[in-house]
Amino acid sequence: MAEWLSWGRVHRYSHTVRTPNWMSELTPGLFQDSKRFLPGGARRSYGDVCLNRQGLIIDMTSLNRFHAFDQETGVIRADAGATLADVIEISLPRGWFLPVTPGTKWVTLGGAIANDVHGKNHHVLGTFGCHVLQFELMRSDGSKRICSRNENTDLFNATIGGLGLTGIITWVELQLIRVVSPLLDTENILFHGLDEFNQLAKESDEQFPYTVAWIDCMATGSNMARGIYMRGKHAEDVVSSYEKKLWQVKRRVPSVPFEAPEFLLNEWTLKAFNSLYYHKQREQVVARRVSYDPFFYPLDVLNGWNKMYGRRGFYQYQMLLPFGAEDALKDAIACVAHSGIGSSLAVLKRFGDMTSPGILSFPRQGYTLTLDFPNMQHLSWDLMRDLTEIVLRAKGRVYPGKDAFIDRATYQQMFPEWQDFVKYKDPMISSSFWRRVVGDNA
Amino acid sequence: MRRVMLIFGATSAIAQATAKRFALQRYEMHLVARAQAKLDEIARDLKVHGATDVFTYVQDIADLDSHQALVDQILERCDVIDIILHAHGVLGTQAEYEKDIRAVADMIQINYLSIVSLNQRLLPFLEKQGRGTIAIISSVAGDRGRASNFFYGSSKAALTAYSDGLRARLLPHGVHVCTIKPGFVASPMTANVKQGPLFASAEQAGLGIEKAILNQSGIAYIPKFWWFIMFVVKGIPDFIFKKLKF
Repeated sequence: MAEWLSWGRVHRYSHTVRTPNWMSELTPGLFQDSKRFLPGGARRSYGDVCLNRQGLIIDMTSLNRFHAFDQETGVIRADAGATLADVIEISLPRGWFLPVTPGTKWVTLGGAIANDVHGKNHHVLGTFGCHVLQFELMRSDGSKRICSRNENTDLFNATIGGLGLTGIITWVELQLIRVVSPLLDTENILFHGLDEFNQLAKESDEQFPYTVAWIDCMATGSNMARGIYMRGKHAEDVVSSYEKKLWQVKRRVPSVPFEAPEFLLNEWTLKAFNSLYYHKQREQVVARRVSYDPFFYPLDVLNGWNKMYGRRGFYQYQMLLPFGAEDALKDAIACVAHSGIGSSLAVLKRFGDMTSPGILSFPRQGYTLTLDFPNMQHLSWDLMRDLTEIVLRAKGRVYPGKDAFIDRATYQQMFPEWQDFVKYKDPMISSSFWRRVVGDNA
Repeated sequence: MRRVMLIFGATSAIAQATAKRFALQRYEMHLVARAQAKLDEIARDLKVHGATDVFTYVQDIADLDSHQALVDQILERCDVIDIILHAHGVLGTQAEYEKDIRAVADMIQINYLSIVSLNQRLLPFLEKQGRGTIAIISSVAGDRGRASNFFYGSSKAALTAYSDGLRARLLPHGVHVCTIKPGFVASPMTANVKQGPLFASAEQAGLGIEKAILNQSGIAYIPKFWWFIMFVVKGIPDFIFKKLKF
């Protein structure tokens, strides 16, 4: 039995993990003796979508080799276990970047498809799945199918956002976007309140491909919903080639070696942290030119930062609220502020209307608010219960890649599409998440 | 400018990680291993990473008699070789070595003799070239024989002594020899070894070896903290050490 934890480190289930090292080792023989298995990646999702309690995990992270990269068209193909960092390492020096990227580059291509990840530019380029050209899917019977918008389209749409449940993605072909520089021109703008946020967002979303706001969820009263709005675009000046360091992926980063003591991140330290973070920006608007790494991946600077939450782990809760539900958004923020738990970094963004091919894809047009808070058992569950009520009432939804809480009825209300999806699910694949929200006998 | 790297045992996890680093620097790669299919997967990957070209050679390194032909084949293609990496090796288990002396002999053939043999056949070329680096992957296990794995450890002890001596031998010829001593590395070789906090990833090992070669280090512990651990281990007086079971 090996240790296999999600990023939240809350659920400590026992797993059997098998790691194929070569494509030729990826055969049904690997999982035929198990009742149910789950393909696994870099374990950056938070809840239990990447867990399979008492079950088998096929760890795909050693299948990370590249097949081809066309420097003229920006089309890249690699084993599904290759990470976004691996892609950047090859593509960025040649003037190509990921069209959509989540907040960490240490996720696999397979995982990015399974969660249909999104980033700061959803309002312009949609989700990761929008840029996947094709992939090969292996089912538990050993059959392999190439899936694209023209071939095995139903399976293509089911697998994007399909949480690994339709089969093992073996290789992925992705369309990259052209960039001339590894740098971005950014602006950080202070704001107070959601009305200011919306005003900023409306003008920024039109001019900037990358927009997101950090919001102080601990401030109450007149400071409620204050934050820093960040917007950026790729720099247009070509960087001279001797500034090679800017293009490179930093693989040696400091690591948090062990779980921190539990008192380290509590309501008081988090409140202080939030306050400091807000006040560290002195001027109203700060414009800077920054490298892609701190702009897209600020948390990658510390490997294993999730261990700072200690042995108990932490929860992430990401909701989507449709436009029009501004009151629900205000309620949600007030709920967190008064909960007594403490969210370290809350992120607020407006999703655009670009649809993903994924049946179970999470993003819809509206507001998305992401929170994290230490696992304080009942206090955390009460908060998530209150937030879920707000989300349900507003006809919103929660992001499965982060969720560790919602029950069956709630999920099925938020994602009625599951009924279309279930016919494409592989009978031998299951996850703790799926057993929680639908069950293996559906 | 053509820069060439030759790797024996190219399908090992550490070799793959190291090869990737040098492919990114646009080296021409020559890879030796036993399985063509695996070599093809690696070759394809290294080309995408930037290798100017990749040549593969299928050979069982344990067969010492095949070495001259192999080296001849390689030298036909290369008029320069900048880096040679010896990455092949077997770990085995203490139990099997206790029972079967043949297993020990085979292990020593692969871990030690094959490297000596290959180098001897490459020496004339390297001396004529007057430059280059030979990186030999030994192990911290070779620093001192320990109760839990001294058969494997002794093969690495032999390899380390050979490597250190070769370094002196080749110094006047402008050829550098680097003795690489990894600690625990998570890889298929250590799949049955209990993982602990001291384990490094193959990727980290690759980065460390790249740095050691570029810095022309003589002895490189990977990661660096093993220098300190082995300093302590080597310093423990024998009357205590002989009682230790680790």
